[in-house]
Amino acid sequence: MSDLEQMYQQVILDHARARHGAGLIELDGPAVGESHQINTTCGDEITLRVALDGDSISAIRWEGQGCSISQASASVLAELLEDADLRTADQTIEAFKALMHNKGVALDDERDDLLDDATAFVGVGKYPARIKCALLSWVALRDAIARATVGTEGA
Amino acid sequence: MQTLANVRQDFPILDRTVRNGKPLTYLDSAATAQRPTRVLDAVAEFERAHNGAVGRGAHMLAEEATEAFESARESVARLVGAREAREIVWTENATAAINLVASGIGNASQGIGGEASAGFRIGPGDSIVVTQAEHHANFVPWQQLAARTGATLRWIELDGDGRLILDQVNSVVDTSTKVIAFTHASNVTGIITDVAPIVARAREVGAFTFLDACQSVPHIPVDFASLGVDFAAFSGHKMLGPTGIGALWGRGELLDALPPSVFGGGAVRTVTLEETTWHPAPTRFEAGTQPVAQAVGMGVAAEYLMDIGMEAVAAHERRIGHILREGAAALPGVRLLGPVGDVNRQDVLGLAAVVVEGVHAHDVGQVLDDAGVAVRVGHHCAQPLHRHFGVASSARASSHIYTTEEDAHLFVDVLGTVRDFFGVGA
Repeated sequence: MSDLEQMYQQVILDHARARHGAGLIELDGPAVGESHQINTTCGDEITLRVALDGDSISAIRWEGQGCSISQASASVLAELLEDADLRTADQTIEAFKALMHNKGVALDDERDDLLDDATAFVGVGKYPARIKCALLSWVALRDAIARATVGTEGA
Repeated sequence: MQTLANVRQDFPILDRTVRNGKPLTYLDSAATAQRPTRVLDAVAEFERAHNGAVGRGAHMLAEEATEAFESARESVARLVGAREAREIVWTENATAAINLVASGIGNASQGIGGEASAGFRIGPGDSIVVTQAEHHANFVPWQQLAARTGATLRWIELDGDGRLILDQVNSVVDTSTKVIAFTHASNVTGIITDVAPIVARAREVGAFTFLDACQSVPHIPVDFASLGVDFAAFSGHKMLGPTGIGALWGRGELLDALPPSVFGGGAVRTVTLEETTWHPAPTRFEAGTQPVAQAVGMGVAAEYLMDIGMEAVAAHERRIGHILREGAAALPGVRLLGPVGDVNRQDVLGLAAVVVEGVHAHDVGQVLDDAGVAVRVGHHCAQPLHRHFGVASSARASSHIYTTEEDAHLFVDVLGTVRDFFGVGA
């Protein structure tokens, strides 16, 4: 498998086309947070909404424009973390960040299990210019969760 | 005498390999060009043997450094048709050169420079005109100057090909206009601006003209005095020189009247506790220690280009541009930004910015990179221009004297595989 094929694994190309959680609808619930992130190097952007139900994520919806890496990453994230509890979501976000900064090498089994389909992004770590593309939605999710949580505390 | 035939051997970086040992095909010269050995050696030689404080001290090294610094200014002046070397002001880069003029006008508008600078004053009721084709560096400083002074910012729009709508020069520019800032050549479409009608209109209404010459000076013959503009900016690193150095050209009498915007030592004639007076140009704008080795390198780059001859450089890049543009435009699902088909190639630079239907520019760049082809992806600091074409980003291949026809063909060939790789289209 060439570096290029390792970067654009089939699961990534599939997610870039059939995108989970795509389409920004109004979310109901006591704790909803939204985050807008821009990749300043290319102008790509994402708006991501998250709804919390107690200690777990009940819905993730997003809308964005960007490369196949950023679109697929948002799709995998939505599929993986919808219905996840916040602790698992936090560990998964951290694991994905670690994977991106691991220079194209897989992580340990425990974190691989957490990441599931998201391990397909391992090849992106070899390309520093593309790491931001892959991370964009994950940064948005973390921010949206924080906003949703603040919203609850303030209510 | 340097000729184009053997020019590649002057650029050692072109011999290196990139991804998986593939030979480098460098098609990102509009972002930054590579440097010939002559420039690299001149910078090293200055540091090794002649470094001293420019314009200060009476020792031999100081004299040699001053001589090298000023002779570099003369070389750059000759390249761009300056009437005298003092019309060249060293700046950190082209962006700094544009900001130097915009901030100087802002300072004049607040009374700095006194009556001598009164001709630059602008304020509410006045207008500044830019174009939709501008790089952000020749857009944001003017937008901010308008905000700072209360003047209005206006812009000239583009037609479907990305050319300036020249009729708008007469409607958008009027007697309220004090500055017209426009690019000499677009870094996205490659279109070379017809400067004459804009300068003629500026003269009718008494406006200053500022030319962004970043993409013209490295690639085509340029003579600012003949073009009739008042100020122009260009950078060292796009014309085969080092980074960290650029230049402002301005008419001597205007430079002498424009107040500085960076204040410090070296630029001043007299300093009392109450007030400061400045040297004439260029010294008034060169406060603080300058990037001397970089200036020397830019001077040698100018000499190198003049040895080859800018007509020869332009003719070579037109051939490369033809392959890039016609080749890309002929591919299914590939859109060339800018004029397509039967264009007068005399007025387009040797570059091609493309959009591949259904594939993001970053992904296009990645496939090219995998084949060793280095291109620029993104909005190329020209968001209003991309918006004009209804796209967010593009992938751009751009040439210089060392670009071969094989390089251009490889770009087109690999570009042709992109949609297949991503499973888009037939």
